Amino acid sequence: MKPAPFKYHRPTTLDEALAILAEVAEEDGRILAGGQTLVPMMALRLAYPPHLVDINAIPELARTRVEDGRLAIGALVRHADLQAPLGCPPLDGLLAEVASHIAHYPIRTRGTFCGSLANADPASEWCLVAATLGAEFVIRSADGTRSVGVEDYFQGVMATAIGPGEMLVEARLPLLPADSLWGFYEFSRRAGDFALGMALATLRLEGGVVGEARIGVGGAEEHPRRIAEAEAALVGRAPDEAAFRAAAAKAAAVIDPLEDHATDGTYRRELVETVVRRALSAAMAHRQARPRTEIEARS
Amino acid sequence: MNEKVDLTLTVNGQRHAIRVEPRKTLVDAIRDDCGQTGTHAGCEHGVCGACTILLDGEPVRSCLMFAIQCEGRDIRTVEGLANGNELHPLQQSFIDHHALQCGFCTPGFLMLAAGVLRKRPDIGDEELIDLLSSNLCRCTGYANIIKAVKAVRDGLAQA
Amino acid sequence: MAERGIIGKSLPRLEDPPLVTGRGRFAADINFPHQLHMRIVRSAMAHARIVSIDAEAARALPGVVAVWTAADIPDASPVDFREGPNEKLAPYRQHVLAREAVRYVGDPVAAVFAESAYVAEDAADLVAVEYEELPVVLAADAPPGEFSPGRSTEATLVRQDYGDIDAAFAAAHLVVELDLSVGRHTGVPMETRGAIGRYDAARDVLELHGAAKVPHKNRDSLGRMLGRDVTGIHLYESHVGGGFGVRGELYPEDILVLMAAMRLGRPVKWIEDRREHLMATNHSRQQRHRIRAAVDAEGRLLAIDNEFFHDQGAYIRTHGTRVADSTCGLLPGPYRLPVYRARGHFRLTNKTPAATYRSPSRYETNFVRERVMDEIGRRLGLSPVDVRRRNFLAKEEMPFARPLAALGENVVYDSGDYALLLDKALAAFRWDEVQADMARRRAAGEMVGAALAVFVEKSGLGPTDGARVIVDTTGAVEVVTGGASVGQGFETVVAQVCAETLGVDYDRIRVTHGRTDRIEYGLGAHASRATVMTANATAAAAARVRAKALDVAAEMMQAPIEALDIVAGRVVRTDIESGPSVALGEIARNLAPSAKLRNGREPGLSSDGWFDTEHQTYPYGVQMAVVKVDPETGGVAVERMLVGYDIGRAINPMLVHGQIAGGFAQGLGGALYEEFRYSETGDPLSVTFADYLIPTASEVPEVEILLTEDAPSPCNPLGIKGAGESGIAAVGAVIASAVDEAIGIPGAITELPITPQRLKRILAGIRRPLAAE
Repeated sequence: MKPAPFKYHRPTTLDEALAILAEVAEEDGRILAGGQTLVPMMALRLAYPPHLVDINAIPELARTRVEDGRLAIGALVRHADLQAPLGCPPLDGLLAEVASHIAHYPIRTRGTFCGSLANADPASEWCLVAATLGAEFVIRSADGTRSVGVEDYFQGVMATAIGPGEMLVEARLPLLPADSLWGFYEFSRRAGDFALGMALATLRLEGGVVGEARIGVGGAEEHPRRIAEAEAALVGRAPDEAAFRAAAAKAAAVIDPLEDHATDGTYRRELVETVVRRALSAAMAHRQARPRTEIEARS
Repeated sequence: MNEKVDLTLTVNGQRHAIRVEPRKTLVDAIRDDCGQTGTHAGCEHGVCGACTILLDGEPVRSCLMFAIQCEGRDIRTVEGLANGNELHPLQQSFIDHHALQCGFCTPGFLMLAAGVLRKRPDIGDEELIDLLSSNLCRCTGYANIIKAVKAVRDGLAQA
Repeated sequence: MAERGIIGKSLPRLEDPPLVTGRGRFAADINFPHQLHMRIVRSAMAHARIVSIDAEAARALPGVVAVWTAADIPDASPVDFREGPNEKLAPYRQHVLAREAVRYVGDPVAAVFAESAYVAEDAADLVAVEYEELPVVLAADAPPGEFSPGRSTEATLVRQDYGDIDAAFAAAHLVVELDLSVGRHTGVPMETRGAIGRYDAARDVLELHGAAKVPHKNRDSLGRMLGRDVTGIHLYESHVGGGFGVRGELYPEDILVLMAAMRLGRPVKWIEDRREHLMATNHSRQQRHRIRAAVDAEGRLLAIDNEFFHDQGAYIRTHGTRVADSTCGLLPGPYRLPVYRARGHFRLTNKTPAATYRSPSRYETNFVRERVMDEIGRRLGLSPVDVRRRNFLAKEEMPFARPLAALGENVVYDSGDYALLLDKALAAFRWDEVQADMARRRAAGEMVGAALAVFVEKSGLGPTDGARVIVDTTGAVEVVTGGASVGQGFETVVAQVCAETLGVDYDRIRVTHGRTDRIEYGLGAHASRATVMTANATAAAAARVRAKALDVAAEMMQAPIEALDIVAGRVVRTDIESGPSVALGEIARNLAPSAKLRNGREPGLSSDGWFDTEHQTYPYGVQMAVVKVDPETGGVAVERMLVGYDIGRAINPMLVHGQIAGGFAQGLGGALYEEFRYSETGDPLSVTFADYLIPTASEVPEVEILLTEDAPSPCNPLGIKGAGESGIAAVGAVIASAVDEAIGIPGAITELPITPQRLKRILAGIRRPLAAE
């Protein structure tokens, strides 16, 4: 399990990185950010990139900033960085909670938010967050910058709008209004494993009923997405168990579940019902959430 | 592409001038080129944690990085834990609590715990178990590893 | 000799200091100058004829020294059976490189030798193999196919029986019939395999480094396979990162590094990677049992009739049919069983070959038998406790001989009081309170359940082991054994026994093991035998050294032997306080070949000691668990786990606890998480640690351990029994039973592992999920 040979590039500016990428893109040159997915693929010789463009020496990519009602997350921001308060509650609380479910601490110190989005694993927690909250994807190449909305970004299992020679340099998440409630729930075989199913819900209540709802499901379909039918089932109703059940049942009914050797469609569908309901209950239960692990919060 | 490059790795404060291909993983460079074989490669795909080291103080999987990425950075391995003949408290605690059997996963657990306790000497039990879940052990059933780390944490709290 | 209290004490391990400081020496840590690295090209097909192999591109790669296919080593012997030739099974052995056909994904097809592990892997990628696909057999319970022309995939039918089975069933009050399956999983030590071959032409000695488990037996096998004198082959055990049955058997790669070291004239190093490990190192466990039990109106067993299908995988490896044989011999466990018949279809499939994994055949049969006991209890309205107590062999029946065989010897339970241990365990677990609590929680809507399972283990397989105790002239002690260490604390245990017997500090004892160049014979470490056999041999050797030391000291000190003792490495007078004393080192000096005081005694303060036993020992235990099921996800959490175990006598209780806790974690893996899955074309689907799920600290609860010493073994002077397999033995059984309880569907669990997906299907009322697929 030794990676195949590659040429290593270590640009120190983004422009330099994009210039190199433009040259090597045709040969399947790849960006190396955290490497927590790419390097195992290379070790297993499932990926043979002949060029690696290591962006770790470009400090400007390691920043988050709040701007125009959005949290912008650069291409080198690690999972663990998002467990710290970012000064944008309640969104940063949501991110901290979700981050604590991603793999394990030594992976979170390296792996990046944008790397997960670019890899677009169906069970990626960050893809679920991006899909549910409606992220904007800033994609650059040597030729210029374009911005892609979430509706166009995800294009299938591990397939995105990022083209050859392009790089996801930043993702922007809309901030959550202060009165937003949110809940996340995932089920995995072991601690830190990819989830068999997960859900993220954000709610705003108006006059005792749900005024606005976002319900996203991940790990169950080709890529995470919002389930409009489930959201519609909730809006205008009191945020109680019956309403949550109705929304969850709706989500389970409309998804197109992935199947594999261990997991059939029925299991995934039923699990979606469970995780949606539990995410909704979690939203009501911990209105003010805190990170599950605080270690990263202090780093 | 197979051309080797010269670089210097700083392992436990010691500088090692080595010549490796860019594809050489950090764990292989530490072991083969720096001669520090206490860091073990258990899966080479980032799951088992046997190769955990501290990179600038943070626990990372050394099988998921390339040596060429680590020039000029502070690499700490199990060989650097003890102070001369005086064992690090975690090393002594692992012995006292029978937290190892075959010992293959032990360096990874020690470095993981050392990294965690350095930043969070007051870490809670539940969080600690969650963190220790990042590494695999096939001999102990984990309970003694958890106890060994807790004992050191509690000692730090009293100190 | 005074009781020194060293045996029975939880002393810290001698093994630990190098291991916690990074100074261990595992196989991958061993290097020789000018070594080559070997990489295996493995079959990508589950069953195919090899049409051609093109290795030219690989050979042309800079840094590649050689590429071998089967054609390059026509004289290579297939991997032999450890216990010697077996004509009937011989055609099913594995060649070190596949000849006409490949039979599982992972089957070695070619070997690359190169200057670095990286280049060797590059070259292996360049070897092009053309295959012609053949039909695959993936289920041992499907009709047998053809292994080779005229040869069935059912290599043999193993059988053991006694009594009139038809009469017993005809007289039964009740017949219980179950169909039960155990999934394919295995040991998966954290260190993968490794082998370094080195040929010392100057001395004509062939060396294998990275040996484990059974170095002496492997030396003998290698001698047969390579046609060499065994004095010209030496095996060296290094630190071993977990054994669990799979590590230390001979595999194709071991033979390849040795042949290559001789032919290429350079040391050859091979370190298995994890993906290879999961498709090349022995798998285990996979069996399907169709079992029937006849009982009387009181729930007493009258007879068991069991037909099972053993999934051996692609070849028969070093163990031959051992696991299937002991499946027959050990299934009855702790119960009185008047009539018995077992027939096992030993079948080859196109999957990784299988062999022993910690508690082989017991993990499987404990699950099967205890499922049967639960069902009998339920059908007759007996509690799980009562149905078992009613069938236990009594203490008074010991030693108890059953007309069955396991591991090549007749089954004779040496000692045991099963009912007593069960009572103690029930009290320790607070069984009645737990039952009341379960009822309360179930009434409140939780799916929780508690259950128990009882088992008999075996340990200390004989027949003979030897050890040599040497005191040097500085007073340091070395125990040279033919045992082996797989990380279980072997050195500490042997040192404790030697220290107690001889009268020295245990930390002044160096324990040597796993080296065929230091001692001619050795049993190694398997079947929980190391402590029983080697410790008793050590005690015998140490006693002789002690006698010799006292004899010389009596002369030196002008004192009667009866008035002397050895304390902390010095011979002292017991009748005079603060009297004169003599250090053992000084005695050793006086036994030097040229020493005047030797007076015709054998030179050296050293002695061999031997221990012979007719039978292995049979420790026994009880496991109890509380589980909680999440009916919506199908997830199972173990809330409590107790292992009650009678060890006869514990030399170091801390180490016994460690063995039990670690075994339990592995057992939990097999019960809930770990499974080698295959696609319908035979592609292995569990070849990474993201797919083969070893439990982590979050899944494994701390085990409550009840260690008793009520039934010391009469088979050895120390009274000890082994501990290595006690934690794992009945975990599948007890977790299955507890899940039944939790979901309120008796007998629901018929298959391990209990994955969330399977459990959800059961909850939905679909029985035998997935098994038929």
